[in-house]
Amino acid sequence: MANAQPLLSVRGVSKAFLGVSALENVDFTLQAGEVHALLGENGAGKSTLIKIITGAYRRDEGEVLLEGTPIHPRDVVDAQKLGIGTVYQEVNLLTNLTVAENLFLGRQPKRFGLTDVREMNRRSKAILDTYGLDIDVTAPLANFSVAIQQVVAIARAVDISGKVLVLDEPTASLDAHEVEMLFAVVRQLRARGMGIIFISHFLDQVYEIADSITVLRNGRLIDTVPVAGLDRLKLVSMMLGRQLEADIKRTIDPNTAQSEPLVSLRGLGKRGNIDPLDLDIRQGEVVGIAGLLGSGRTETAQLVFGIERADSGTISVAGTPVNMSSPRKAIAQGFAFCPEDRKTDGIVGDLSVRENIIFALQAQRGWMRPLSRSEQEALADRYIAALDIRTSDREKPIKFLSGGNQQKVLLARWLATNPRFLILDEPTRGIDVGAHAEIIRLIIDLCERGMALLVISSELGELVGYSSRIIVLRDRKMVSELTGDEISTDHIMKAIASHDATGEAA
Amino acid sequence: MKNSKYLPLMATFVVFVLAYIICISVFPNMLSTRVAGNLLTDNAFLGITAVGMTFVILSGGIDLSVGSVIAFTGVFLSVILRDTSIHPLAAFAIVLVLTTAFGAAMGGIIFFLDMPPFIVTLAGMFLARGISYLLTTESVPITHPFYSTLQDIYFLMPGGGRLTLIAIIMLVVFAVGIVLAQRTRFGTYVYALGGNLTSAQLMGVPVAKTTIGIYALSGFLAGLSGIVFSLYTSAGYSLAAVGVELDAIAAVVIGGTLLTGGYGFVAGTFLGICIQGLIQTYIVFDGTLSSWWTKIVIGLLLFGFIALQRGLMWMSERSARNMRHASAAQPSSA
Amino acid sequence: MAVPTIVRERTPQLIVLVVILALNAIISPGFFSIEIQNDRLYGSLIDVLNRGAPVTLLAIGMTLVIATKGIDLSVGAVMAIVGAVAASLITSGYSLPATLAGSLFVGLACGLWNGALVALLDIQPIIATLILMVAGRGIAQLITEGVILTFNDKPELIFVGSGSFLSLPMPVIIWVVVAILAILVVRRSALGLLIEAIGVNRRASTLSGVNSRVILLAVYAVSGLCAAVAGVIAAADIKGADANNAGLWLEMDAILAVVIGGTSLLGGRFSLVGSLMGAMIIQSLNTGILLAGFPPEFNLIIKAVIILIILIVQSPASQAAMAGFRTNRHTVAVKTENREHAAR
Repeated sequence: MANAQPLLSVRGVSKAFLGVSALENVDFTLQAGEVHALLGENGAGKSTLIKIITGAYRRDEGEVLLEGTPIHPRDVVDAQKLGIGTVYQEVNLLTNLTVAENLFLGRQPKRFGLTDVREMNRRSKAILDTYGLDIDVTAPLANFSVAIQQVVAIARAVDISGKVLVLDEPTASLDAHEVEMLFAVVRQLRARGMGIIFISHFLDQVYEIADSITVLRNGRLIDTVPVAGLDRLKLVSMMLGRQLEADIKRTIDPNTAQSEPLVSLRGLGKRGNIDPLDLDIRQGEVVGIAGLLGSGRTETAQLVFGIERADSGTISVAGTPVNMSSPRKAIAQGFAFCPEDRKTDGIVGDLSVRENIIFALQAQRGWMRPLSRSEQEALADRYIAALDIRTSDREKPIKFLSGGNQQKVLLARWLATNPRFLILDEPTRGIDVGAHAEIIRLIIDLCERGMALLVISSELGELVGYSSRIIVLRDRKMVSELTGDEISTDHIMKAIASHDATGEAA
Repeated sequence: MKNSKYLPLMATFVVFVLAYIICISVFPNMLSTRVAGNLLTDNAFLGITAVGMTFVILSGGIDLSVGSVIAFTGVFLSVILRDTSIHPLAAFAIVLVLTTAFGAAMGGIIFFLDMPPFIVTLAGMFLARGISYLLTTESVPITHPFYSTLQDIYFLMPGGGRLTLIAIIMLVVFAVGIVLAQRTRFGTYVYALGGNLTSAQLMGVPVAKTTIGIYALSGFLAGLSGIVFSLYTSAGYSLAAVGVELDAIAAVVIGGTLLTGGYGFVAGTFLGICIQGLIQTYIVFDGTLSSWWTKIVIGLLLFGFIALQRGLMWMSERSARNMRHASAAQPSSA
Repeated sequence: MAVPTIVRERTPQLIVLVVILALNAIISPGFFSIEIQNDRLYGSLIDVLNRGAPVTLLAIGMTLVIATKGIDLSVGAVMAIVGAVAASLITSGYSLPATLAGSLFVGLACGLWNGALVALLDIQPIIATLILMVAGRGIAQLITEGVILTFNDKPELIFVGSGSFLSLPMPVIIWVVVAILAILVVRRSALGLLIEAIGVNRRASTLSGVNSRVILLAVYAVSGLCAAVAGVIAAADIKGADANNAGLWLEMDAILAVVIGGTSLLGGRFSLVGSLMGAMIIQSLNTGILLAGFPPEFNLIIKAVIILIILIVQSPASQAAMAGFRTNRHTVAVKTENREHAAR
């Protein structure tokens, strides 16, 4: 790479939150006229790296050079002025303003001290023309599809910044046609000599548009490689991490596979979330769900727990079809669900550990039948001891606990309801190693005591370790169901990396 | 959903036209410039402060202090003109500086302490009312000859209606307000804050300056409204203009502005004022109906517009979801 | 040691209350003297308890509403409506029980209207309750037909406002009973926990099986009921229904009482005892200012100053600054970054 000075280079950047390292000594180099994909699962450090580049976070260590000059952007606006523009998946424009106002917010052309709306509209039209977009620039942005909003966001970013463009999952909510339109714009910008950082979890798209790929995992740089000739399976294993030792597997009692299913899904699906799928979960069984981010994993769990309503299919519990239209109905069937986003969907931050533990049980009993204080304390103490929840005091607000301990409190909350069927969405994400092992042990323990479990995880080794069966999702479809000896990280990765017949050949 | 931005405004316009048709079909006399002139004069102070409230609500805030500020302005003017020999114009300047600074201070507290506008302006409401009580608890007449001069200025409309100075001031404030909202950076920033604060910040909108500016503007217009009110009543009274903030909010919402901010027009607020004025005029013409009907009808209109806006929001959310579903249903690999 | 937790947690409010009462006693030496005339207690202190009844009652309902991250602007207007209903029922010859039942029913209906807008239509509480705040006084006037409907000849209803029982004025007995009932129901059942949870994190509460909509509906209904009781007392006190002035600006006093009592406007943890103290603080201030010979209007300035102080103490900005002193600066930085993240 000695031929040309890189457009943007990141050297040895580290960042920690509350002493937990989010990014460790990462290097990243972007050339002018290059589309560089940044890949990794949740928590890999992609968004932390992007936020450091775009000025949203300050780095703890390392340097960022733009065209050879060290930069220290104070905030996102400062980074824009330096030449680094960003477009997010949730378009960060103002949908209540017109297209032209969005393009020129803060730098509207003036005439006699007033905004020259005609000039602004004319120039907006001219800018969008270069992207082949012929739309009414005087209409509110909300009138247009997300794809067009993305292009407007790109146009604004390029017009203001013009050197580096960061596209953070821009295609997540676009259809194939819209993706093509967006990619045409990206190719055009690449031809103009811009450097583009492209974040996506759609591997097909990465192969289509990117020139090189950088993979992060657990805050570390795994590798930077050119796309040409890169094997898909190798890429997936870089992202998910390949177990060097042989997969450790739990021995499974063959009799469980014969018993009647506790929960049966038949053709359960919701348009735009997950295609209809069939699945049986028996008592004493852990069913694992594997798949990349955005493959429909969480969406499946949300349908089963009644958070989202299915538009097709049925759920039966012990052979009886049930109406699963709200979490309350699911809980009444003995279901329990530990969500992925603990902070917004799980913990009730200002309430104490005790209150959080008894919360679901109390909600189930209704407000008229309160648990007495002594019952509450007994329950809380029992689970604090049983799950080894590290807290100085059961009356401490849960928001002050570490991630691992919060997760254990949420598990305790559901175990206190004595569920038949427990759904765990990424139960070990973002928690320390000790708690990690304990939660895995707990999953196995619960299963052996006859509970039915559905576990979603990106940690394939872990999933292989405790699952009786694993289903693999890709692009919101169930593509494979692995049982017995098929359960291995290799098989999962092959299923994830495999193509549809309609896709291009690898 | 092409016209969803204008739909509430159109609804306001339809309500206004219907109200006007009903009025003149029952009382043909209402179709005169005399009635129109009176309507504008009677509601001048409300209209002026409603322009300020429009900006506040467009930005996603609320200002409960305006009624108290109007009362303070009247009391301040009446006391200063009674006890000193300052010319009214100088007194106007002083009071406008005071109310503008008062608004700016509230804006500063809202931004820098990151507290809800509702509670901050509630404190402002108590403070302004309390200070006017401290100045005097009596109704103080204003007898300065300059006041009579100003009160005698009017423009004779065809048909004998009088467009008084204060009505003209209100119309000018509306005109300036429309230009400010639609043709300046400040105006766009106000809409930006009401649209999405995070996005606005990321796009480089000076949030602190804009927030302070909005409440300063509202304070200034409340002060101007107070001056107009003192011209209208020739007195200053600390108990005056109680509840004007609610009337102003109602005018803004009935004018089609979204109470949560981001969508709406200053011109709509003018229609909102006219609708309120029509209801009052109708009741006066009728003679048997009591004035409480005004509040009930305004309450009904408020509910109607809030429900309409909520319904529009649901529809646009649903269509956005459907758009996503439709796209996701197609294969994503090319 | 033997101090109950409830009192210990509300020490600042208690200190403020004691200081204000002490100041009152300095201004008016007879402040604490209580005497019995005609089998009823009299004295400034009793007066504070008596005059404070409407705000105290409103504050009880308002506390629960604010704990769910809501607000109820309509309570003053509901007082006016209920006062009008009570006056018109009793003057049309209905018995006292029928009048009271009818009045409470109307208050409940008003509360349910607000609750339905908030819980079912998902309209922001401040906007939803604004509707009734604007229209309420008009409705009240519609009921009284625009006059102050007096009932000087109905001693049974007047008794509610100015009678006495066990030597105590009726309003005091009523608010104390309502307060004890509310505290018992909220703290002896699981309602308090569920209300706080909704205020802190409505989504997580719903996902854990809490029926958030029903509870939201219930707290606004309770607020309507409390306003109804306050409305009847206010009407009985002046022996008539004044649609224009009954409960005027009392919603603001109630909100202030709740905030002084230590319940955050951002929802979550609430304290009914704190709100009661807040209401008493406001009423002692009112009485003290009167006793000192200041114009009663002075109150408003003091209230404004109190709000300002509370704002500064409670504001996220100064909380973060205080957290910065307690822990290290890093935590604060991360917090802001997390907030940004959440906002995105």
